Amino acid sequence: MGVLTANAYLAVLVPLLASAAVGVFGRRSMQLSCWGALAGSVSVLAVGVACVLEPAGRRSVSLGWLASSSGELTIGWHADGLAAIMLVVVGVVASAVVVFSLGYMRRDPDPGRYFALIALFTASMSALVLADSLVTLFVGWELVGACSYLLIGFWYDKPSAADAARKAFIVTRVGDAGFMLGLAVLWGATGTLAIPEVLGRVAALPASTATVAALLLFAGAAGKSAQFPLHVWLPDAMEGPTPVSALIHAATMVAAGVFLVARMWPLFAASPAALQVVLVIGCVTALGAATIAVTQTDIKKVLAYSTISQLGFMFAALGSGAWVAAVFHLVTHAAFKSLLFLASGSVIHGSGTQDLRDMGGLWRKMPLTAGTWMVGVLALAGIPPLAGFFSKDAVIGAVMQRSVPAGAALVAASLLTGLYAFRATQLAFFGRWRGDVQDVAESPAVMTAPLLALAVAAAASGAAAGPVSRLLGAEAEPLSIPIAVMSVVAALIGCLIGSGVWGRDAGVENALPRWLERWWMAARSGYGIDDLYRRVVVRPVIGVAAISYVLVERVIIDGIVEGIGRATRRLGHGAAELQNGDPQRYAAWIAVGAIAAVAVTVWLGR
Amino acid sequence: MTILLVLVAVPLAGAVVAWVGERMHEGSARWVALATTTVQGALTVMAMSTATVAGPAGSGGNGLVALDGLSGPLVSLTALLGIVCVLASWSTRRGPGAYFGLLLWLQAAVTAVFLAANILALYVAWEAVLIPMWFLIGVWGHEGRRHAAMKFFVYTFAGSALMLVGILVALRNGASASLGASAFAVASTAQPAVFWLLLAGLAVKIPVWPLHTWLPDAHVEAPTAGSIMLAGILLKMGGYGFIRVALPLAPEAATAAGPLLATLGVIGIVYGAVMALAQTDLKRLIAYSSVSHMGFVVLALAVGTPAALTAAVLVMVAHGVTSALLFLLAGALYDRTRTLEVARLGGLQRTIPAWGTAFLFGCLASLGLPGLAGFPGELLTFLEGFEAYGWWMVAVAVGVVLAGVYNLRAVRRVAHGPEVPAWKGLADLDWRERLAVGLLALPIVALGVWPSLVTSAASPVVAALVARMGR
Repeated sequence: MGVLTANAYLAVLVPLLASAAVGVFGRRSMQLSCWGALAGSVSVLAVGVACVLEPAGRRSVSLGWLASSSGELTIGWHADGLAAIMLVVVGVVASAVVVFSLGYMRRDPDPGRYFALIALFTASMSALVLADSLVTLFVGWELVGACSYLLIGFWYDKPSAADAARKAFIVTRVGDAGFMLGLAVLWGATGTLAIPEVLGRVAALPASTATVAALLLFAGAAGKSAQFPLHVWLPDAMEGPTPVSALIHAATMVAAGVFLVARMWPLFAASPAALQVVLVIGCVTALGAATIAVTQTDIKKVLAYSTISQLGFMFAALGSGAWVAAVFHLVTHAAFKSLLFLASGSVIHGSGTQDLRDMGGLWRKMPLTAGTWMVGVLALAGIPPLAGFFSKDAVIGAVMQRSVPAGAALVAASLLTGLYAFRATQLAFFGRWRGDVQDVAESPAVMTAPLLALAVAAAASGAAAGPVSRLLGAEAEPLSIPIAVMSVVAALIGCLIGSGVWGRDAGVENALPRWLERWWMAARSGYGIDDLYRRVVVRPVIGVAAISYVLVERVIIDGIVEGIGRATRRLGHGAAELQNGDPQRYAAWIAVGAIAAVAVTVWLGR
Repeated sequence: MTILLVLVAVPLAGAVVAWVGERMHEGSARWVALATTTVQGALTVMAMSTATVAGPAGSGGNGLVALDGLSGPLVSLTALLGIVCVLASWSTRRGPGAYFGLLLWLQAAVTAVFLAANILALYVAWEAVLIPMWFLIGVWGHEGRRHAAMKFFVYTFAGSALMLVGILVALRNGASASLGASAFAVASTAQPAVFWLLLAGLAVKIPVWPLHTWLPDAHVEAPTAGSIMLAGILLKMGGYGFIRVALPLAPEAATAAGPLLATLGVIGIVYGAVMALAQTDLKRLIAYSSVSHMGFVVLALAVGTPAALTAAVLVMVAHGVTSALLFLLAGALYDRTRTLEVARLGGLQRTIPAWGTAFLFGCLASLGLPGLAGFPGELLTFLEGFEAYGWWMVAVAVGVVLAGVYNLRAVRRVAHGPEVPAWKGLADLDWRERLAVGLLALPIVALGVWPSLVTSAASPVVAALVARMGR
């Protein structure tokens, strides 16, 4: 144990080596690659557990990496309570996902690449959470993004997957540009990027600097955690293999934005204005994404918008100052959302479709999957005594204290959460089977075992409130009964509407009243935000590039260059005329030349 | 000292042997070239390990050649790319004797530029680079080779003629010819003239926007090895010359020119990226990405702090290996498809997976992914630039986003997506191409993880240089 806590970098090194080994040797062997990746994720879990149990042995290390004018940029690790929590989350989910993938990716011809990337992702995620400096954090941050890119586009010959991968990288990079500027501001203002030192000097910063820096870092967080208006990449990211969605796009990487704000908490706490922005963005995202989730027909898209919405809850908590509640919700969400994604993977694996309209009655054919899904859905809806109840209650309670309208928005989002969760449950697991395939069967044990493990976590991680608060050095907030009653009632209403309406008629969406249909279609297309970006950002940029290439580059800049070239040639032809055999003219030019030469010599010799 | 002269002499001798040898025994030139560049590589390693890379070049005396921490990384880069170029040109059919002879001549000349400890020696070497490159583009290039070669030659020659005038003015105004001499700067009154004349030659080479239009033409028309040397090494001569000659000769003028240069650098970053976005030819796209990356070098030079100058060296070396990899891959692809028209390509990750993986790797390096070579230098430039010029760095951040866009767009359109029937059955990279890719991939990862490989050598030298300038 002591070895692990003192050498927390093993959580980066082991998966990294595993990734290299799998990439080189695991080419065609499913088993070998899987075991390699599992070794990586288990080592992360081991370090995480060790750091949780043995706070005394934790060590931080900082190495000089790059010298600059005002000091050295350092890299290193720092295994504090927050890092320990994140390592446990990453380790648990990654291990479950790796095992599940052994079944899910069974027929894939390229297991080596898949598991190597999963292991590389795990290593990068560990680097991100263990980072003791913003440089290390940014390195991990970008590398998890690259792994996400590579895994969304795992089936790269599918155009939609390749497009989705690129979109994910570029949209998050827009946020990362803000992140980089934030680094520069902090660097300029505090002269260091080592996290403890930056945070130590936050108090001395002018309020405006703190606000600017916090907002720029939040831009990066919003990109990574798919918050409005940078949320558009996450639904598309569902093109990746479903276990990848569970690991990267539900439990770990997308939560990195929340982690970043929690990690830099004193900076954000120093700027009420920045917190206000975080709160508003969080609430807008939580509510907006929930309304979209209600209308989706693809089971993974429902979960994707649900993830965006739940991340919105976390940011709302951060914006209200309740960063411990946000981390708590991060933990429980990681458990139940990765469970839901893996269960949906099991559904897709068994039924051969992701379209909720082609499912139905699956509980009879896939009872284990259905049972674990139910646990996940109840946890997501926040029904006691499952995990989501405790963390969501903590979040809503904190937000209510800060702002009643914001709290009300979250209660409404909770109602919608119950609604979309039970709509999806009804459509997938109840009613009659509407699909074409007849021999739908339960997934093999290698897939259901991780489901069961995560179901236990989703059911029980509500009890983590105390340990999480202790690790973060804060007091656990007591449960607020009125808030709890209100949010549970809202969630139950949502659940009842969802299962009632779609339980009666699975095709109810096809016969909506006119006023509702309008809104329904708008929500289904994500309120046209994608389309808007395409028209307002993407096409203009490409157009400007094409036009300026022709006009500025070819016609003006290169035109001048080529023009000078042509003029010189013409001048040359003209000068050739001078050599016409007339000695008097030659003599005159010699005289001019001589005078010029003398003049230059005199001038130079001054 | 002797070993440094040998470093230049070996490729020169190899050039003659390759040329003569090919006449006596057909097919021998490439082996001679491979042996020569390998020997040069080994000698470079020896020289690097024995040289006292910490002190400024030639500070000991008035020698002809010297190796220090500033030239060391670039000499090593040259040696590495020399081997890669030979591997990339392995199947050259047309006049291999002359071709490999010229390639080795180029190699010797560039090495001499970086090793020169004397301003006149540097100038001679500088000009000696032009001739083999002109032939390589003009004879072994693609369809538009004549025009591109002429444009390259006249443009850079005009620049270096002005540079020569600048050197002469400097020598008349109290500068010592030795680059290592302690009293190197010219009188204040002469500094603006010296600086701008020198800059004329340097800026064309780097290239500084808007003096860059020779570059896409030359890169696109040049044979693969030509593109690799152009992007990998020749552009770096500009940045090297700036730090080695222009800055010490005219420090006050350089400081005064800082804001203007920084502006041009930032414009170059964004402009190059936007132009890369508009390209339909893969090689031209890579060429414009060079304009964008070299904009970082210009910005770093403009900031001019020791850390920024170190960052400039780091970006130059990183771009040297990254652009070499991308041009190598573009060349390998052209050998197979006879086209680099992006619209006609696609799905190559499936068709030729090793090529596709290497291309993806190169593009990730080019977009500045942490862990790979491009990131540390560009981050340091960005941070130093922010301290010097503040919010202008927003434009650089935009350039960073655009780098992601054009690189991943290229991956999407060339490597991803469904296979194109026309390219089915295309042969994947062979052993020699894989070797070349490996030789470049290794330093890309190494520099990304541990940039001190370059900075620990370069930073004391530039620090001493800046201190000597009295800034």
